[in-house]
Amino acid sequence: MSPTILLFILLVLSTCGYYIGRRRAFTVGGGTTGIKNLHSRPIYYGSLTALWCGIPALLLFGFWLAFESAIISHLVVADLPEAIRNLPAAELNLKVNKIRNLVSGNIIAGAIEPQIQAAADHYRSLKATSNAALAVVTISTAIMGVVILRAKITPILRARNGVEQIIKYILIGCSTIAIFTTIGIVLSVLFESIRFFQKVPLTEFLLGLKWSPQTAIRSDQVGSSGAFGAIPVFSGTLLISAIAMCVAVPIGLMSAIYLSEYAHKKFRAVAKPLIEILAGIPTVVYGFFAALTVAPFIRETGGILGLSVSSESALAAGLVMGIMIIPFVSSLSDDFINAVPQALRDGAYSLGATRSETIKQVILPAALPGIVGGVLLAVSRAIGETMIVVMAAGLAANLTLNPLQAVTTVTVQIVTLLVGDQEFDSPKTLAAFALGLLLFLVTLILNVIALHVVRKYREQYE
Amino acid sequence: MNNSQAPRSNIRKKTERTLDIVNRGLSKRYRAERRFRLYGLLAIVVSIVFLALLFISIIGNGYSAFQQTFIQLNVFFDPEILAKQSLATANYQGLVKKSLRDMFPEVNGRQGKRMLYGIVSSGASFQLRDMVLTDPEAIGQTLKVWVPADDDVDMLIKGHFDRQVGEGERRLADRQLAWIDQLSAEGKIKKKFNTAFFTGGDSREPELAGIWGAVAGSFFTLVITLLLSFPIGVAAAVYLEEFAPKNRWTDLIEVNINNLAAVPSIVFGLLGLAVFLNFFGLPRSAPVVGGLVLTLMTLPVIIIASRSALTAVPPSIREAALGVGASKMQMVAHHVLPLALPGMLTGTIIGMARALGETAPLLMIGMVAFIVDIPAGFTDPSTALPVQIYLWADSPERAFVERTSAAIIVLLVFLITMNAAAVILRKRFERRW
Repeated sequence: MSPTILLFILLVLSTCGYYIGRRRAFTVGGGTTGIKNLHSRPIYYGSLTALWCGIPALLLFGFWLAFESAIISHLVVADLPEAIRNLPAAELNLKVNKIRNLVSGNIIAGAIEPQIQAAADHYRSLKATSNAALAVVTISTAIMGVVILRAKITPILRARNGVEQIIKYILIGCSTIAIFTTIGIVLSVLFESIRFFQKVPLTEFLLGLKWSPQTAIRSDQVGSSGAFGAIPVFSGTLLISAIAMCVAVPIGLMSAIYLSEYAHKKFRAVAKPLIEILAGIPTVVYGFFAALTVAPFIRETGGILGLSVSSESALAAGLVMGIMIIPFVSSLSDDFINAVPQALRDGAYSLGATRSETIKQVILPAALPGIVGGVLLAVSRAIGETMIVVMAAGLAANLTLNPLQAVTTVTVQIVTLLVGDQEFDSPKTLAAFALGLLLFLVTLILNVIALHVVRKYREQYE
Repeated sequence: MNNSQAPRSNIRKKTERTLDIVNRGLSKRYRAERRFRLYGLLAIVVSIVFLALLFISIIGNGYSAFQQTFIQLNVFFDPEILAKQSLATANYQGLVKKSLRDMFPEVNGRQGKRMLYGIVSSGASFQLRDMVLTDPEAIGQTLKVWVPADDDVDMLIKGHFDRQVGEGERRLADRQLAWIDQLSAEGKIKKKFNTAFFTGGDSREPELAGIWGAVAGSFFTLVITLLLSFPIGVAAAVYLEEFAPKNRWTDLIEVNINNLAAVPSIVFGLLGLAVFLNFFGLPRSAPVVGGLVLTLMTLPVIIIASRSALTAVPPSIREAALGVGASKMQMVAHHVLPLALPGMLTGTIIGMARALGETAPLLMIGMVAFIVDIPAGFTDPSTALPVQIYLWADSPERAFVERTSAAIIVLLVFLITMNAAAVILRKRFERRW
């Protein structure tokens, strides 16, 4: 029985449970006139029955599905011949994948060994057993829930409180997902990073000047030594982010000042949404724009001026990234400028200051903490931005500060190392997780500081 | 400002009053004022110019992809050729080649023939097959059929092809150019609406490549995202805003949500790769995994929007409900939630629009494969629309530049529609209390 059908059956059972519970409530209350004897309205008795029917079965179903494939693989591996079981982990993994592919009927390269075929049949039969068992167990759990609750329904059963309690637990469960996500992120990058740092020392990763993650497949191969010094990658990231900030901060800040202090209401109503369109454009579109239009333009302009510009120059990627961040800086600054109390402005005007003097000497200093927080958030976005740099920046890890040369970034390296087929314990693949850990930590620190500053600032004028 | 000079004014000549000092500096200050104002205006103009450039570049490159060049062939559906094998696998390529040879009988030699066959897309034979399969009557007849031209011919007709370049460096030889000129003089080359672009899956041949597979993949991914993130997001927001006590635990949740909203999207991709693919063993390239990853990514957005929608509901409503004896849960479900729903929906649509445009996390979970088939379910391998754009942007053929831009136009149309829906929803249901 497929999981979808099973889910549907559970839904039907829960609906039945609802009606059974409600009917039972009427019966124990003593018919339609006896409703006043019940503690709660009959729908609560129904809902309670439905919840008792659905939730335990659903939990069981979820756990079963989550661990089914791991357990079955374990069982199949345990039954494989000695020779295969004693293979190194990577090769064993390959075999297991082959078995899985065979089971799902995918096309498989190469000949199929008889042991593998037998294992696949074994897998298939285990899977069938597991599916049947799952169906039986969940459906009987669901029915049991209904039966138990039906027996418990009496006029004094506090059905409403029960339902509300269950819903409250569901709400709590939903709100903790954020915590689990963070834990999941930390664990998933941490474990692989630890494995990486067992192969490559932390100091080499953080202080090394050469990045070339191509590891040798054969021991005598030339030029694929695998160097994991991440300094060029960091410097490239910082260079591109710095260029982006040089574009985004002045333009974003000035447009926010103009919109909030000078612009006519009608002008603001047109210009502000237009600028915000920039924020809604997907980054892949910016990446395409950078690679197709901006980079060739910069290269040709450089050529006219007699400069040699790489076709994947940091300038092109940084410039376009800056454009992407303009609305972010602008709308945050706008908020903070508007949050400065009118009294401060009036005070400055009454002393005879012009508007620009008021802005420069009163409003901006007052709004500065907020703006700094906003800029920090923007920096964290620039560092973590992926598609623009993947499409417009280079792969070669040059250690340079020249914006006309190609540099690479942390995100580009993560994408290139992880897209496509990977072997799961080569330092090359693991390096991506180490970079991911670093990216997560850096952006996390920036975000924490920025959010703290912003919150402090907001409280100041509230 | 000249305030600092005021105390010194008494040592100046008595005839010079403060007002004069102020007046003297005034023109300079007004100039600074105008300059500052100009900078502000300039900043806005610059960002709008960038926006305009972006749109002009995309639309300028992409609009021509909505048309495709077709060549008219006189195809004789030769029963002899078709009878050799079953109708589904017969040699339709042979029919195409024969009709091309009939049109240009003077061409001979292997190289010349190969050049001649090269002006028609390899998709032509599939088109003929579909014609025969839907209408077996065609066998034995000679029909005029419009078949798609090769992408290089398409580029030539659309004017993206420089004839001045030396023959060795361009993708069409002089003889091919002559044939095409002859065909267009005879009216046998025509640009028609490019339906294949909207109905086809991915292909290595630009003239056959379409976005439907990617759109379907995006659709399945977004369905999962919506089904998971909206209920969970609303539930989390309701708990945090209406029920949660103010303690360490809820503080932790809040800090987490705010941080997750600013975590780079690629990190969510790493999470998906490590947890969903490697730990739970879910299939690679499947929309269901993409949906899960995007759910985690959009949840903070939806939670934050839903919370602000809930805070906008005035406390008097809550007090009134509690006052007539509703329980807290009834108050939320019957009164607060319906009033906050438009705001929550607006936030959800904006979150969905962001999820639709997101590429990086999908790259991590393998939704970048070259997939020709249209996905039909949540576990079929598929790509998504932005990933398709990324894949095409990497392809070297000139015709893919045009198709990439056209795919971007389609994506932007979706995004603009979604955002417009959000704006309309907000305008319509916005209530000032």
